[in-house]
Amino acid sequence: MNVIVCVKQIPDPALPGELDPSTNTLKRDGKLILDESDSYGVEMALQLVNTAGEGSVTLVSMAPNDEVSGLRTALAMGAEKAVLVSDPVLAGADALTTAKVLAGAVGKAGDYDLIIAGTESSDGYTGTVPEQMAEVLGLPSVGFAKTIAVDGSTVRVDRQTEAGYDEVSCSLPAVVSVTAGVVEPRYPSFKGIMAAKSKPVETVTAADLGVESVSWAQSISSVEDAPAREAGEIIEDDGETFNKIVEFLDNLKVI
Amino acid sequence: MAVNNIWVFSQANDDEATTASLELLTKARSLGGTVSAFVAGVAGGAAAQLADHGAAKIYETGDLAGALPGAAVSAAMQAVIDGGDVPDLIMFPQNYEGRDVLSRLSVKLDRTVLTNSTDVTVDGDSVTVQTPIFGGSKLVNSTFTGVVPFLAAFRPKSFEAAGGAGAAGELASAPIPDLGSTGGATITSVHVEETSGPKLDEAAVVVSGGRGLGEADKFDMVESLAKLLKGAPGASRAIVDAGWVPYSYQVGQTGKVVKPTVYVAAGISGATQHMVGMKGAKNIIAINKDKEAPIFGVADLGIVGDVHKVMPALIAALEARG
Ligand SMILES: Cc1cc2nc3c(=O)[nH]c(=O)nc-3n(C[C@H](O)[C@H](O)[C@H](O)COP(=O)(O)OP(=O)(O)OC[C@H]3O[C@@H](n4cnc5c(N)ncnc54)[C@H](O)[C@@H]3O)c2cc1C
Ligand SMILES: Cc1cc2nc3c(=O)[nH]c(=O)nc-3n(C[C@H](O)[C@H](O)[C@H](O)COP(=O)(O)OP(=O)(O)OC[C@H]3O[C@@H](n4cnc5c(N)ncnc54)[C@H](O)[C@@H]3O)c2cc1C
Repeated sequence: MNVIVCVKQIPDPALPGELDPSTNTLKRDGKLILDESDSYGVEMALQLVNTAGEGSVTLVSMAPNDEVSGLRTALAMGAEKAVLVSDPVLAGADALTTAKVLAGAVGKAGDYDLIIAGTESSDGYTGTVPEQMAEVLGLPSVGFAKTIAVDGSTVRVDRQTEAGYDEVSCSLPAVVSVTAGVVEPRYPSFKGIMAAKSKPVETVTAADLGVESVSWAQSISSVEDAPAREAGEIIEDDGETFNKIVEFLDNLKVI
Repeated sequence: MAVNNIWVFSQANDDEATTASLELLTKARSLGGTVSAFVAGVAGGAAAQLADHGAAKIYETGDLAGALPGAAVSAAMQAVIDGGDVPDLIMFPQNYEGRDVLSRLSVKLDRTVLTNSTDVTVDGDSVTVQTPIFGGSKLVNSTFTGVVPFLAAFRPKSFEAAGGAGAAGELASAPIPDLGSTGGATITSVHVEETSGPKLDEAAVVVSGGRGLGEADKFDMVESLAKLLKGAPGASRAIVDAGWVPYSYQVGQTGKVVKPTVYVAAGISGATQHMVGMKGAKNIIAINKDKEAPIFGVADLGIVGDVHKVMPALIAALEARG
């Protein structure tokens, strides 16, 4: 059972995001970390390989400046190796280009049965990359997985829906995207962190994958501030503020 | 040239069109030109509704027979486009199925996608979408520059659905071609989580609870208050991930978008991903013990206090009123 996991390395979401004023794209020049949305995929993959009793987890990532710190986190969790695509021509790539690049990286990652991604990243959250990648690779796909179980050449997935969930059965190889909270991602152990330092990360360029140039068929015409909401009344509770709420609801005629 | 042919990815359940489909059709018809609904499955009794909201033509793929829509419906769309009906713009709802079909189609047609948008404007043959970023504090306007069809996904509730278009709603078949290796996924069973009371994304009052409730049992307070206000209970992702309530309760970027008359946030910090799902509420009441909590930045009435004190007192007061 060989599983490939797509992991995005992103600017720390705890820090306020910033746009590059010249390109209007997100600034990605600081230190990047493993997107929490992908830590679930890494954990899920490690569990599936463990259940199968054989195989390994390989990571693929596209990130600027040969960034590996997020990859090291996932390697420390237990993944075996990684393929990193890093190339200045990919700066500001759209989701479609990202999917093509990741599909190319999958081609460098060796044999696989299953590809896991997050349902959406924390910084760009188009939520389109996994399904686009599946189409580029000519594979079936299941999104919004809450559980994944592999049974021979079939993967069974509980796919979240608006009303509840669907049980889906899918032939392998396939692309499955997982939601947050499906599993509890492990913390890398000290031993894991030390071991991760010497695990192989193959760095490739866009040209190595046959992706020549990037043109995002859109132009940002303007960025404006959203109209702010007017500040309301903020009061400290003194045991009686529930009356304020009752009054507020009364005025709106909802009670 | 102008934008004179717009498609809307549409869905129907039990002869009823989804609200998302009707919202997008309403917007599409305001942009001028011919509007077609592209139905994943069978329109059935929903056809009249789709026409009433602007669909001059209704493409139907026919029963999906358990196939996930992503691969199937995108292939059916591509076949119609290859057959000569080339739309200028295809509008998708940013929901499970819309997103999957959009993604697959973008690869088939080699077109970029613009996602999470909340508005669209047309000027001659240029199409511009507006997308909130950084938790809705900034709005980005992006204009498509490539070749049509342009592909865009819109967040639910970006537009108001309005009927009365009286469009023809002429039915046309758009069968699903052979999917080859991409068609390997099949739904084997469907589970619907029981809910009572109004639907979360349609309720006039929404009462949501977050991690500040402390423990799963305390969600009872949220449910009681929602019931007293004839509203729906909701939740932050923190307590959905913790397993206190099902995912269908989640409000926010990856959950539901709600625009009620009143939104009550109890023990919710107000993370940007939560706020994008509820900032459109007409009135917001927040109860949080931390006066620095970001939720107070959008609250019309903010109570800095303990949910375990304020909520029971409020529930008792409302019960006493009968
Ligand atoms: C605010 C904002 C809005 C944007 N809007 C758009 C838009 O509308 N259309 C568009 O085409 N692009 C958009 N982008 C650019 C887009 O974020 C990038 O193209 C990005 O490389 C991939 O898209 P995503 O992060 O949205 O992926 P998603 O589809 O949300 O990611 C899902 C999963 O795919 C995998 N994945 C995604 N990117 C990588 C990666 N680089 N390396 C490894 N795995 C990865 C991960 O497993 C991830 O969890 C936007 C960017 C920002 C910052
Ligand atoms: C890609 C992505 C998508 C996401 N999508 C969503 C989404 O759709 N919806 C969503 O909600 N989140 C989403 N999140 C998560 C979001 O970032 C926050 O983590 C989450 O909203 C926090 O939930 P919370 O407010 O309940 O918890 P916390 O942030 O932990 O806040 C708890 C609050 O309760 C207060 N509190 C504690 N005790 C009491 C008390 N006794 N009385 C009163 N107040 C108390 C605290 O002061 C605090 O403000 C997403 C995150 C990512 C990365």
